[in-house]
Amino acid sequence: MHMADALLSPAVGGTMWAVSAGTIIYCSRKLRKEMDGGKAPLMGVLGAFIFAAQMINFSIPATGSSGHLGGALLLAILLGPPAAFITIASVLVVQALFFADGGLLALGCNIFNLGFFPAFLAYPFIYKPLAGRAPGKGKIIAASLVAAVAGLQLGAFSVVLETVASGISSLPFATFVSLMQPIHLAIGLVEGLVTAAVVSFVYQARPEIIASVQEARPLARTPLRHVLAAFLALALLTGGFVSWFASKNPDGLEWAIAKVTGSEELAAAQDGVHARLAALQNSIAFLPDYTFKQSGQQPENRGRQESSLGTSVAGIAGGLLTLTIAFLFGVFLRKRGRAA
Amino acid sequence: MTSIAGAVTEFRQLDLMATGDTTVHRLDAKAKVLVTLAFILAVVSLGKYELAALFPFFLYPAVVMALGNLPARYIARKVVVVLPFALLVGMFNPLFDQTVLVRLGPIGISGGWLSFASILVRAALTVGAALILVGITGFPAICQALDQLGMPRIFTVQLLFLYRYLFVLIEEGSRTARARELRAFGGAAGGGLGLRSYGSLLSHLLLRTWLRAERIHLAMLARGFSGEFHPRRTTRFGVREFLFLAGWSSLFLFFRLVNVSQLLGTIITGVSG
Repeated sequence: MHMADALLSPAVGGTMWAVSAGTIIYCSRKLRKEMDGGKAPLMGVLGAFIFAAQMINFSIPATGSSGHLGGALLLAILLGPPAAFITIASVLVVQALFFADGGLLALGCNIFNLGFFPAFLAYPFIYKPLAGRAPGKGKIIAASLVAAVAGLQLGAFSVVLETVASGISSLPFATFVSLMQPIHLAIGLVEGLVTAAVVSFVYQARPEIIASVQEARPLARTPLRHVLAAFLALALLTGGFVSWFASKNPDGLEWAIAKVTGSEELAAAQDGVHARLAALQNSIAFLPDYTFKQSGQQPENRGRQESSLGTSVAGIAGGLLTLTIAFLFGVFLRKRGRAA
Repeated sequence: MTSIAGAVTEFRQLDLMATGDTTVHRLDAKAKVLVTLAFILAVVSLGKYELAALFPFFLYPAVVMALGNLPARYIARKVVVVLPFALLVGMFNPLFDQTVLVRLGPIGISGGWLSFASILVRAALTVGAALILVGITGFPAICQALDQLGMPRIFTVQLLFLYRYLFVLIEEGSRTARARELRAFGGAAGGGLGLRSYGSLLSHLLLRTWLRAERIHLAMLARGFSGEFHPRRTTRFGVREFLFLAGWSSLFLFFRLVNVSQLLGTIITGVSG
């Protein structure tokens, strides 16, 4: 479920960073107004609780597998949307830094996928209306199941969109969707059941905890059309970004070559750096017999994208050399550090 | 319960590395955060079929790990552990993208394999960079840096609170979970580890957490907490930081624009173009 840096393009990663950062700033403003002193430690400790809960598993009968709590919907029910979003975001930051789940560029995507949908859509528009003010056990279970499934489906779909828009993975949209959605249906059902179990228990033990969140209902006052307008704007923004890149950028390599002074251009002999190095090169070349001169045959369909044999061998040899240099640098610095 | 204990140990280990006192540890956290971001951006902005051009970027982790005295084996192991998602999604590239892009004599390498390899190298680089950042900076200092770079104060306080109580709650959770496992004979007697016991275990943990938050709040009030946390080490953005940031950023820009591997390869093999 966690999006990874390796699959992201800077455009998509950057956009989602901006979206998530914007949402965090919005939530912080909202919280600063309504925050009583007790909420800060509560949010912090509940974030830590989510970590602890995710490390404990329960066995799912007849499947041999086990499940655990994700926690986003539970946080929304216990804390309300803005505080829940901030808490989920903080959990994801720690996961990205310590457990390297996803990565730092993907953090924007992950906060949005795992935080926005449960806190700002599934909880206020699905859980709350379904559960009502004083829900019984059946209502809690139904509301949690539907809300958790909806939140996770949207999140998973968002992962697919981000991956496809980035264009690093070649997985076609339809295939990826048909892989992700069913898996997250199962995860959503588990999440819904666990959330329901904990919420019903808390309702019995300390009903005032959940009641206090429902009193302050900042989102209930926001008309649905505002939310829809925001969504439309977001969709247009993302769509604009994606189509802009999609039209100019049928694949990443072409874009890289066209946009920036790419490697293919630099490998060409008329280039300045290269020309100056050419003389030097003849004297240093320690694999001189590898003269895979370009035979002038141009590749059939891909034009300049296909490298000739010479450049690929050069690429591999050079790649190994750079790796070795990087490694030796490390070893040398370490040795020196010990000696000092 | 070895998994929880293991996770805590791993977590602690990374945290302990940040207490080191080397040249890179002493740098102001802002410089390190910005260099890490520049690194990640440079790496992911390379085209999907670039592989050789990614290799020069290994210079940064190699140098910083050496200067910061971080255990390379530990970082490598952590990187490998988190690769699966990239691996899972990248795995499909060779299937869907079979256009031959590179020829090595009789062997044609398809774009799919090339981009798959590229995804793995990217994942290793970006994940490694994040771990290294924590290892040479430490979580509280990173939060402080982000705060100074404009992150909302509420979010900073949230991150620091979370960090402060993480170990406490994970340990409490793991004790509770161990008790449940022992009472259920590890689930051997056909049950006891299902949703029913899990639900009430989590709920009790949650209520205890809630009470703890209330106690913490009272303690904060009693001590006059003003919303500020104090870092272990005070630093400021000076000349060293500027040089660190400018040096690495321009090197990343150079690696991004010039395929150093290709260039070196051309030199040693004597092949042009």
